[in-house]
Amino acid sequence: MSNKPRSTQRREFLRKSLVVVPAIGLLGPASLSQARSASIAFTEAAYTPRYFTAPEWQFLQAAVDRLIPSNEDGPGALESGVAEFIDREMETAYGHGGLWYMQGPFTPEAPPTLGYQLRFTPRELYRAAIAAVDGWCKKQHNMVFASLAQEMRDEVLHQLEKGQIVLEAVPSQIFFAQLLQNTKEGYFADPMYGGNKQMGSWKMIGFPGARADFADWAEQPGKVYPIGPVSIRGDKS
Amino acid sequence: MIRMKSVDVVIIGFGWTGAIMGIELSDAGVSVLALERGDYQDTSPDWAYPNIADELAYGIRGKLFQPLARETVTVRHAVGDTAVPYRQYGSFLLGNNVGGAGTHWNGQHYRPSPEDLEFRSHIRNRYGERFMPADMQIQDYGVTYDELEPFLEKFEYVCGTSGRAGNLNGRLQEGGNPFEGQRKKEYPNPPVADGYGAKLFADAARTLGYHPFPQPASNASRPYTNPYGARLGPCNLCGYCERFGCFMYSKASPQTTILPILMRRPNFSLRTNSHVTRINLDSTGRRATGVTYIDAKGQQVEQPADLVIVAAFQMHNVRLMLLSGIGRPYDPATGAGVIGKNYAYQMMSSIGVFFDKDVAINPFIGAGAGGVQIVDDFNSDHFDHASHGFIGGAYIFGGQTGGRPIQQLSVPPGTPSWGAAWKRAAKDSYLHSTTVATHGSVMSYRDRYLDLDPTYKDAFGLPLLRITFDWHENEYKMSRFVTDRAKDIVDQMKPKASSLNLRKPGDHYDIRQYQTTHTTGGVIQGNDPSTSALNRFQQSWDVPNVFVTGASAFPQNLGYNPTGLIGGLTYLSAKAIREIYLKRPGPLVQT
Ligand SMILES: Cc1cc2nc3c(=O)[nH]c(=O)nc-3n(C[C@H](O)[C@H](O)[C@H](O)COP(=O)(O)OP(=O)(O)OC[C@H]3O[C@@H](n4cnc5c(N)ncnc54)[C@H](O)[C@@H]3O)c2cc1C
Repeated sequence: MSNKPRSTQRREFLRKSLVVVPAIGLLGPASLSQARSASIAFTEAAYTPRYFTAPEWQFLQAAVDRLIPSNEDGPGALESGVAEFIDREMETAYGHGGLWYMQGPFTPEAPPTLGYQLRFTPRELYRAAIAAVDGWCKKQHNMVFASLAQEMRDEVLHQLEKGQIVLEAVPSQIFFAQLLQNTKEGYFADPMYGGNKQMGSWKMIGFPGARADFADWAEQPGKVYPIGPVSIRGDKS
Repeated sequence: MIRMKSVDVVIIGFGWTGAIMGIELSDAGVSVLALERGDYQDTSPDWAYPNIADELAYGIRGKLFQPLARETVTVRHAVGDTAVPYRQYGSFLLGNNVGGAGTHWNGQHYRPSPEDLEFRSHIRNRYGERFMPADMQIQDYGVTYDELEPFLEKFEYVCGTSGRAGNLNGRLQEGGNPFEGQRKKEYPNPPVADGYGAKLFADAARTLGYHPFPQPASNASRPYTNPYGARLGPCNLCGYCERFGCFMYSKASPQTTILPILMRRPNFSLRTNSHVTRINLDSTGRRATGVTYIDAKGQQVEQPADLVIVAAFQMHNVRLMLLSGIGRPYDPATGAGVIGKNYAYQMMSSIGVFFDKDVAINPFIGAGAGGVQIVDDFNSDHFDHASHGFIGGAYIFGGQTGGRPIQQLSVPPGTPSWGAAWKRAAKDSYLHSTTVATHGSVMSYRDRYLDLDPTYKDAFGLPLLRITFDWHENEYKMSRFVTDRAKDIVDQMKPKASSLNLRKPGDHYDIRQYQTTHTTGGVIQGNDPSTSALNRFQQSWDVPNVFVTGASAFPQNLGYNPTGLIGGLTYLSAKAIREIYLKRPGPLVQT
């Protein structure tokens, strides 16, 4: 990797982030509930959302934190930057629905096997669904989703996943599937998209990232590949 | 309307078959123009390392795929239902830009079994006419395996396919596929080295008495120069193959095997950003005068030509024929008409295989095609179907094509899809899991077909292609039978756990689940103009100066990946055009 200004900036950024991230990592799973507001504060300081409003941003962070929680196994979605990833995706052609066929007529009642049939682009889907879920949580629990205790948040997510919460704006299963898919994307995609900070998820599972050269290792059955991950911008670990 | 200077040959679409036609026909000295709706792209700079090693951009968002926002298809399960648009990618992926799907394919490179090409005759002779359900309308290709063999070989030598012969001139070869048709020559390159998952699979399959062999791969196992003089480099098993362009010049694509030579020919030209909307006919309707396309500025352009090659991929070929009014559209009520007839797909099943920590699979070590092992004992008509009550089959695939974590990470059965338990499972299983899958045929049926959608339009206001498709009893039975054999192999591999994804009776075709991009039919070839759109040389029966290449010609689908057969049929067609048609234009088969 050459010493281009960009990579220097990147390393500088990562170094600064490193100061904060282990502080969360040190807390055991039991204390995570209390740590939640602290970790959200960290992410907010590091990144200012461009698409999501403040309440939406709170929702998003509180949700991804439960979908992939932080614990001794490895980094969670929150400190991996998954919320940042999703926010950034909303500003791409993908977020604007530019990769999808979005002409009507729309027939959301079509069988689910025929695929997505809503008129919402991803960014519209998030906007409509987050408001609806927060509205539902306020009615049921007098609190928005992000203010619920983690067990309650898990419960709401489970209900969304199974379609047990009826939202007027969107079928809850479709929103949940979108959220989970984007969460896993942000967790495992190259760090240049804002998630997978320090390639934490890659290190956890043993994926070497953009190394992309294994000719000398194909015939070494039974041995775990020994070299750590590299990112597209050349960060190594 | 802008009118361009006439050319001898115009090719619609510049993917795999367009490139083959381009190099073969320009070699005959005529002027050839290829029109491609997408952009130019090449190994460098477009797919250079490290930017290509980006799962999100290419694997998930589909940077190389056809943008669905501009043009897609609509889908319904049955005649009479309302079709809805295929709004996001799922079930199949479509190519775009120079090289088409030939740039982001895997390179799994098969020949058909001899009986596949004469399937109706073969089944009738072996099992009797009644063995076929009444609504099944499988047909013969009008070309036999022996006639096609030199062309299948030619395409393998162009691609630098890596494999091991199983049947050389009638003599069975140790370590190859004993069920294959005779080949005259060994593969141009030896097999790609096995991954560890493939090795475990092959050992288990052998123990059960099956005949595993390395999958024929158009991922070069060593440096190679093809018959045109194009050079390929050895595959380094990077794991970024299907859905990606190859930065190593290893995977056969138009860019690595044909374009370096073709692009320098003075009588060949390529026009990108040229989206063909129709094939123009003269007043008799029996002769094409050229094509109309929309250029980068959105202008309509007329391109006159003496010969039109439709090479736009299976689905787009069918749509262009319908939009142009060539051949009678198929009617599922009467069974009459030919364009859109016999649409078919494939049916896969897969088994996730999970080992303990002492078995290191390193799933990211993979090639799109090489490094995996195949059991072909239950494909085509390689076994006696009489007691099983279905037609067709599947090959069984052991190993993995890559371990990209967004798309290719799997967790043991019973694991929740998120939360701490999912994360623990992802962490524990990733390095220690592999896949066994079956890749199966789908027959053609009276009520499975393609036509133009009455409601939805593309970006130019033209009707989208409508797919009417669902599974039939025969395919559920086929998949269950071969998957049971695959499960026996998996049990013999002695994993810690395994998961099964099998389509069962009652499961509808699910457009959300990726299977294969091996869609077939719609402009099928055969011996009889009343039941096929093309003759054995892929020439339109109705408009003899139109030839249609690609899997649209398949009368039903095979258990194999299609491109080996597509390439073979295209070379056969090109030879007939060069040696017969160009000298005396007209129908190559008399009716
Ligand atoms: C992810 C993936 C993996 C695959 N893996 C395998 C595999 O391992 N083995 C195998 O055998 N097959 C595989 N295939 C299938 C293989 O890619 C196709 O069989 C092959 O590319 C078909 O060649 P073709 O020339 O018919 O179409 P393509 O190669 O797709 O070329 C068609 C071209 O026509 C252009 N076009 C379309 N419409 C128009 C128009 N109106 N005007 C101008 N241009 C137009 C397109 O942009 C494209 O460039 C795979 C496909 C995909 C998507």
